[in-house]
Amino acid sequence: MNRASLVFAALLLVAIPLSLFAGRVWIDPASTPNAALIVAELRLPRALLAIVVGAGLGAAGAAMQGYLRNPLADPGLFGIAPGGALGAVIALWFGYAASAWLLPLFALGGAAGAMALLAAIAGRTGGIALFTLAGLMVASLAGALTALAISMAPNAFAMSQIVLWLNGALTDRSWREVWLAAPLVLLGIAALWHAGRSLNALTLGEPVARSLGIDTTRLLWLLVAGIGLTVGAGVAVAGIIGFVGLIVPHLVRPLTDRRPSQLIVPSALAGALLVLVADSVVRVLPLVTELRLGIALSLLGAPFFLGLLLRMRKGTI
Amino acid sequence: MLATKDLTLGNRLKDVNCALKPGIITAICGPNGAGKSTLLQAMAGLLDPDAGHIELDGGRLYDLPPKERAKRIGYLPQSAEVAWDVPVRTLVQLGRMPHGDQLAEPVDAALAALDLAPFADRRAQSLSGGETARVLLARVLAGEPDWILADEPLAALDLGHQLDLLRHLRRAADAGAGVVLVLHDLAHAMNHADRVIVLDRGALVADAPPESALDDVTILDVWGVAAGWVGESGKRALVTA
Repeated sequence: MNRASLVFAALLLVAIPLSLFAGRVWIDPASTPNAALIVAELRLPRALLAIVVGAGLGAAGAAMQGYLRNPLADPGLFGIAPGGALGAVIALWFGYAASAWLLPLFALGGAAGAMALLAAIAGRTGGIALFTLAGLMVASLAGALTALAISMAPNAFAMSQIVLWLNGALTDRSWREVWLAAPLVLLGIAALWHAGRSLNALTLGEPVARSLGIDTTRLLWLLVAGIGLTVGAGVAVAGIIGFVGLIVPHLVRPLTDRRPSQLIVPSALAGALLVLVADSVVRVLPLVTELRLGIALSLLGAPFFLGLLLRMRKGTI
Repeated sequence: MLATKDLTLGNRLKDVNCALKPGIITAICGPNGAGKSTLLQAMAGLLDPDAGHIELDGGRLYDLPPKERAKRIGYLPQSAEVAWDVPVRTLVQLGRMPHGDQLAEPVDAALAALDLAPFADRRAQSLSGGETARVLLARVLAGEPDWILADEPLAALDLGHQLDLLRHLRRAADAGAGVVLVLHDLAHAMNHADRVIVLDRGALVADAPPESALDDVTILDVWGVAAGWVGESGKRALVTA
């Protein structure tokens, strides 16, 4: 375990109990009635879900930046998150979301569909540029179909459900979502971790990586599977939560020797920390309706992204 | 022995037959678009030939598992791009990847061979162009390959660094490696290579010691330039008419 992993694991251990007590109602274990029940059935699954979703997004972001050799890359570029969102929107459109399992399953189906489409377009060649463009195309198609679904929503309720859901959140989630997402995200992080060494070779470009014996097509599919599982499962249980995958690797990188392989696990821990803290903050904010987590992270992410661009312009990245 | 047999690749290479020997420096020369880099990449196992094949010590190169091939052939592309600001030692260690080990000894030896020991802990992106070129060559040497295939390794370097890198490559050849370089500067090929392959529009024109491969007639035919060599052997200069 490297230094960055230790730092973020330690911070996470501090943040978890804080997040269990924080909320619209602060829990004092000694005096709050039903404290154990609230923590066990509401706060704990929500905290675990924040950790699972954040870990997946963080690891996916680190792998994506390593693969594209670009610090501005985001896992959303593969079109898997928009694909998952489209699946969920379809479930909401037809009212299937009334059954608790169907919405996440549709979202997973959408993410899988985006992966299949990527495979059909760019599968054989394995070239990075073609693949990125194919991902952008899938993302833009899924975005257009989502917009179409919103504009043709059968009723105002469905429309508001869709719009709300698209601004990801962890409100009113239960153990069911944790059990659905956690195994998939863990499997995805394992795939990305496994890809780490090959990502190191890509530091010197694709031809050098291949000359070092890396099978770049296999690497590509390992990444698609890893990002599909982490991001797809995240979207399925929490909706669209942007910027985590972009921001987190930048927080982690200065604590490592900057090899992509050294970023995957600490980025998972830092992503978990970021989403857990952000979700605790939106619960505590004294607003009439709770600020959606996806919106909060985007509000945080946009200026961060601007800062990155400015630093890049100065040539310090 | 690294040999091409009737190698054809699109319209970039046509029926190229050549046999390269270890322990010497072979230069691949030719005008822009002649297929030099394509030939080098094919010999590195990075391009699938349309027809013909490549032999490495009697066996077919493309039958080798990628890891095995990577142990024996080190490839240095023209691009000096280093995506992440990793320490020099970490970068050189990438050369050990085909072996799947983290042995310090070959990495130290490669750093020492290129006078990079004092740079081992520096960040890659803080290096000058000449230092980066040496680090990237050290990465290849760390893998202890039988063959070093480098695509225009001198292109971005000033004269002093060019001669410096050639000296290091000569040392690798003297140690037994087959060194194959794509070179644009014909004077470097004439003075520093033991053998020169001349390509023109994808076809092999000459495969001989530099004096005969790069004679006045070939230069006129292939480059369309009337020129002649002056000076003594090993210190020749090309003078255009």
